[in-house]
Amino acid sequence: MKPIAPDTHEHDASPTGEWDYSPAPERTPVKIEESHGLFINGTMRAPKSRKRFDTINPATEQVLSSIAEAGAKDVDDAVQAAKAAQGPWARLKPSERAKYLYRIARRMQERSRELAVLETMDGGKPIKESRDVDLPLAAQHFFYHAGWADKLEYAFPGRNPKPLGVCGQIIPWNFPLLMAAWKLAPALACGNTCVLKPAETTSLTALKLAEILQEVDLPPGVVNIVTGAGDTGAALAEHPDVRKVAFTGSTEVGKILARSVAGSNKKLTLELGGKSPNIVFADAAIDQAVEGIVSSIWFNQGHVCCAGSRLFVEESIVDEVVDKLRHRMQSLRVGDPLDKNTDVGAINSAGQLETIERYVDAGEHEGAIMHEVNNQPLPTKGYWHRPCFFTGVQPSHLIAREEIFGPVLSVMTFRTPEEAISRANNTPYGLAAGIWTNTGSKIFEIARKLDAGVIWCNTYNTFDAASPFGGFKESGFGREGGRHGLQSYVKF
Amino acid sequence: MNARLDVIKTCKLFIGGAFPRTESGRSRPVLDGKDRVIAHVCVASRKDMRNAVEAARKAAPGWMDATAYLRGQILYRMAEMLEGRCDEFASAISSTTGVTPAKARREVEASIDRLVRFAGWADKYQQILGCQNPVAGPYYNFTVPQPTGITGVLAPTSPSLLALVTLVAGPMCAGCPVIAVASDSTPLPAVLFSEICATSDVPAGVVNILTGQRSELLEPMSRHREIAALLGANLSPSQRTSVQEAAADNLKRVHLVKHSDAQWEDDSLVASPWNIQPFVESKTIWHPSST
Repeated sequence: MKPIAPDTHEHDASPTGEWDYSPAPERTPVKIEESHGLFINGTMRAPKSRKRFDTINPATEQVLSSIAEAGAKDVDDAVQAAKAAQGPWARLKPSERAKYLYRIARRMQERSRELAVLETMDGGKPIKESRDVDLPLAAQHFFYHAGWADKLEYAFPGRNPKPLGVCGQIIPWNFPLLMAAWKLAPALACGNTCVLKPAETTSLTALKLAEILQEVDLPPGVVNIVTGAGDTGAALAEHPDVRKVAFTGSTEVGKILARSVAGSNKKLTLELGGKSPNIVFADAAIDQAVEGIVSSIWFNQGHVCCAGSRLFVEESIVDEVVDKLRHRMQSLRVGDPLDKNTDVGAINSAGQLETIERYVDAGEHEGAIMHEVNNQPLPTKGYWHRPCFFTGVQPSHLIAREEIFGPVLSVMTFRTPEEAISRANNTPYGLAAGIWTNTGSKIFEIARKLDAGVIWCNTYNTFDAASPFGGFKESGFGREGGRHGLQSYVKF
Repeated sequence: MNARLDVIKTCKLFIGGAFPRTESGRSRPVLDGKDRVIAHVCVASRKDMRNAVEAARKAAPGWMDATAYLRGQILYRMAEMLEGRCDEFASAISSTTGVTPAKARREVEASIDRLVRFAGWADKYQQILGCQNPVAGPYYNFTVPQPTGITGVLAPTSPSLLALVTLVAGPMCAGCPVIAVASDSTPLPAVLFSEICATSDVPAGVVNILTGQRSELLEPMSRHREIAALLGANLSPSQRTSVQEAAADNLKRVHLVKHSDAQWEDDSLVASPWNIQPFVESKTIWHPSST
């Protein structure tokens, strides 16, 4: 990446002044096995494929553990275990099924600090976020869905919901344990059994979850965890005994999966990419909006499918918003993810860092102007990208059209609400959108007209187990969370 | 020989509220039970499909924004118009599909009642499918259904009218413009139904009906990037596969059903909120509730 000349704006001195933070590392110890097996039929076992790969800490590039790469035979074993377990699991008294999920939620809460540290080590996200966002939400997801297990007939008026069978679930690396919870909890509550495939860079918390499943005496085969990369995922999705495929990841892979299950009668739900608009009107509370912009794009290094990566600011206030945003950005602390003061951690992998750098280069090449955090050195080891935003962005620029999945924001302007709506909707994606205004009637009108599954009004990137999440258009179909999410795991 | 020669109706396509011939210039005969030619129908082409999508696109904003009450009244008006032409529809069904006149009449009556049922759902399914969500924080959070967009419908051979009416009414009720491909072998009731749409205050382009060959129209319909959802009945396994593969290009919502003739009469199976739900997108809206 090209070196960037220091910004000379008056606000660019660090807002923290002359003094600096002392390191505040999270020290909760975590036991990490040197090598991990596959979790099949209630036990950890070596892969029949005999293949392995290493998982590293993206903040240090140190190897954390050796992970098994499940081959087709391993995937088949996992699916057969799930298939054998499904009948008894579905016939279990629903209120008893619920109690297993409640137990899982409780054990996750009890072991949450350990899981948070592991999540941060394996994925690079700040401990502040894994501790305060990922873990509480993951536990809540099990607790919430536990209660549905014996109440499903009330969720679908006039219908008699039945489980689907074996669910093949493929999850991404940006919220590893939380995505595992989003997938497993509703599937289990509805009487299905699962084969979960974590992303190859972030397998450790899913495998730690397997320990919890053993601790709570979940019957063998109800949940199986097969680690590996794309080939493992494809073997799972294409397995003839899988009745349901649930995938969270890129739109590109989502379409490949949709084609691969065509004609198979497998139920499919997809949570895919986004290029979500975040719209700030002149009548917004500007300081709150700036905070919202920060959490919309720099939360989790921007590795967020619903990141507000296209910022539309009403033309009359763009200078004020950009000034305040630049000032606020300088206060972000980038570095050691295990430090409790860190705001922006490590990029998840070398490959993702390359992708982000390629987009940033394209942005500069196409003539947009980059502004980035420049108040602190980055660690010498690991994968890092400074939070940044571009001004002078045209709608045709690559950085305004494609999902970057990094801490890179494109700032654009608009003059009328109609222009904001039409530009916001001018994308194949439709996952989320933000609206900032203090005019109530405008909120409802704009929220109605935006093509997105989640609309955050005067807030951004808030999540809850009871709140349905999912996209319009090419951001996928199906919902996760809330009553709506249950429908992805039942048939009538 | 009759003193007077019958004036035979020219059957045309229904696109954007008008009745154009197919741009391909093709037609084929419709035979009655005694193999006599009683009409000719258009054999629509992929260009006609594209024209229908364009008409539906123009109609989409108005129909999606129409009040639920208005959509209900228009569906009810369709029922009223069909009631008035009950005999004509019954005769078209019995003469071209081989069912008895009495059974044909019952099918028309069931179709009328089906439209009335969906008319009633138009302003109610939102309260069944939407909800407020009890999130753990100071937010007001609710989920509402919104129309998915232009919906392609593939009607089965039988029941020729009731199935088509059911498949068109569900997405319409949800606020989606519809492009329906009539059955290859029993298209006449569909042609007559387009006249019902044309005279029932259905805005131009909200319902478009093409006659022709499913095998020819399947691909352009399932691949068209401006069609957002597909509803098909009684597709063959190979048709299912090709529709789902092509639909993956823009991640269309594909809803395929297989029903027997008797099942089409079951309101709880084919005319419930769960038959509207595949054509809505759930939108969840968050707002802080602090002062």
